[in-house]
Amino acid sequence: MALRDITLGQYFPGHTIIHRLDPRTKLLCTVLYIVSLFLAGGAAGYAVLFLVLAACTAVAKIRPAALLRGMRPILFIIVLTAVLNMFYTPGTVLWQWKFLRLTQEGIWTAFFMVLRVSFLISSTFLLTYTTSPLVLTDGLERLLSPLKRLHVPVHELTMIMSIALRFIPTLIEETDKIMSAQKARGADFDSGNLFQKAKALVPLLVPLFISAFRRADELAVAMECRCYHGGEGRTRLRQLRFQGADAAALVLFCALAVGVWALGRLGL
Amino acid sequence: MDAIIQTEKLSHLYSAGTPFEHAALVDVDFTAYRGEYLGIIGRTGSGKSTLIQHLNGLLKPTSGRVLFAGQDIWASKARTRQTRFQVGLVFQYPEYQLFEETVYQDIAFGPGNMGLEEQEIDRRVRDAAAFVGLPDAVLEQSPFELSGGQKRRVAIAGVIAMEPAVLVLDEPTAGLDPVGVESILRNIHDYHTAKNATIILVSHSMEEVARSVDRLVVVSGGRIPFSGAPREVFAHGEELEALGLGVPQVTRVFHRLRSMGVDIDPSVYTIRQAREAVRDFLRRKGGN
Repeated sequence: MALRDITLGQYFPGHTIIHRLDPRTKLLCTVLYIVSLFLAGGAAGYAVLFLVLAACTAVAKIRPAALLRGMRPILFIIVLTAVLNMFYTPGTVLWQWKFLRLTQEGIWTAFFMVLRVSFLISSTFLLTYTTSPLVLTDGLERLLSPLKRLHVPVHELTMIMSIALRFIPTLIEETDKIMSAQKARGADFDSGNLFQKAKALVPLLVPLFISAFRRADELAVAMECRCYHGGEGRTRLRQLRFQGADAAALVLFCALAVGVWALGRLGL
Repeated sequence: MDAIIQTEKLSHLYSAGTPFEHAALVDVDFTAYRGEYLGIIGRTGSGKSTLIQHLNGLLKPTSGRVLFAGQDIWASKARTRQTRFQVGLVFQYPEYQLFEETVYQDIAFGPGNMGLEEQEIDRRVRDAAAFVGLPDAVLEQSPFELSGGQKRRVAIAGVIAMEPAVLVLDEPTAGLDPVGVESILRNIHDYHTAKNATIILVSHSMEEVARSVDRLVVVSGGRIPFSGAPREVFAHGEELEALGLGVPQVTRVFHRLRSMGVDIDPSVYTIRQAREAVRDFLRRKGGN
């Protein structure tokens, strides 16, 4: 897999209703969805959550393969939690070998755990796939703005975040380029033991750090040239406004949380 | 002539399977001959960078083959690695790949990876430094203390030190002042003549390639619409303009003179040829 195929934090431009929703709505809906995930207690709850996720993916015209590819880096964690749950949940023993004890309850817990983690990841990916980083941090800043009263530097924090998000693809591209350049000089990043591999990274990391610092410096100068002086008195190019669709989406996701909670109480 | 690198029906897709999927190369048949000085021109995004990264196996073809000296470079892992040493690739802005503590160590990185003897490495580092005109005193300095132009020389020396049979340079003169451009082009030419190496110079500047290369390959939209001697390629003046490339300024002047009815040879592309053409024209006119 080439580095440039990493989808973390990537935005797929589009014009669907989900793309057009207010970023605050999307953030809140994602939070509500994640809360629902933790309220779900049984197969029925997970089925509902799956349907909602599938529907949103379809409406946003995101290919399911793109969501799955985003999950690849955390596959190991998912498998590990599943295995641990399978063997460490007490209950009816199905199979035993020395200290390993596979239980029926364990299999169920593991199954739901896998669903929970993958839905969680997919829903957040859906958020970043359909919302450009700039708009997303804008929404976050507005959502967190009440914290300004408590002297939390919300604007500065979201600015740091948007700069960080902005530079992820740039740095990935840069890494790709430097890696290619060193490979062209015979550098080998793939073979050898752990120590050799770590040492092989020096020709990659030194130029990468230098260029990151250079970029940071250039960006700071560019921002200063345009009289950036923090969040105070700053107005926005894009004013965020809630629309009818936003209200509908919020009601829908609140209903989802309550519904899943109720299903969980009924033991479904 | 003897082909050293060939591609057969080479295609490359970026980000296959995502909305960003696009074909950078489409069924490209490209050939570089042993010992020639070849120019590749094309606009940004034409696929020229993608093409050259296939020549030393940095990118794997989506379909098609890449042959070095008649053998598929992807036949085995060892062969791919060997090709990296035989086809030296200098990237755009190569100075950003420097990382060692001293210039000497940085130039020695490539030869070191080839597993050469200490003495051989030392000889190659000094030879390479001489080719790009780096004085001995610089070798013990940190590459980060040097000027931009010097850094670029160090980076080029780092590839030359592997003594590749084919040297590919992607826009080696980008961002340099005219004096820097001249001397880098002269260094490359020196390497070409001294080692009888094949040079592939990638550029978007017609002026720059026109006076140094034996043959030109035009890349546009992931294909090769024209290739041949500069004179032949520049004859497609209007088509080149349509591709957003244009011809050298001298050529354009002479084309214009021709269309104004002046009886002059329009197929010039260097100042020297222009001088000859004008002299020739005046001589004929004087005779009348």
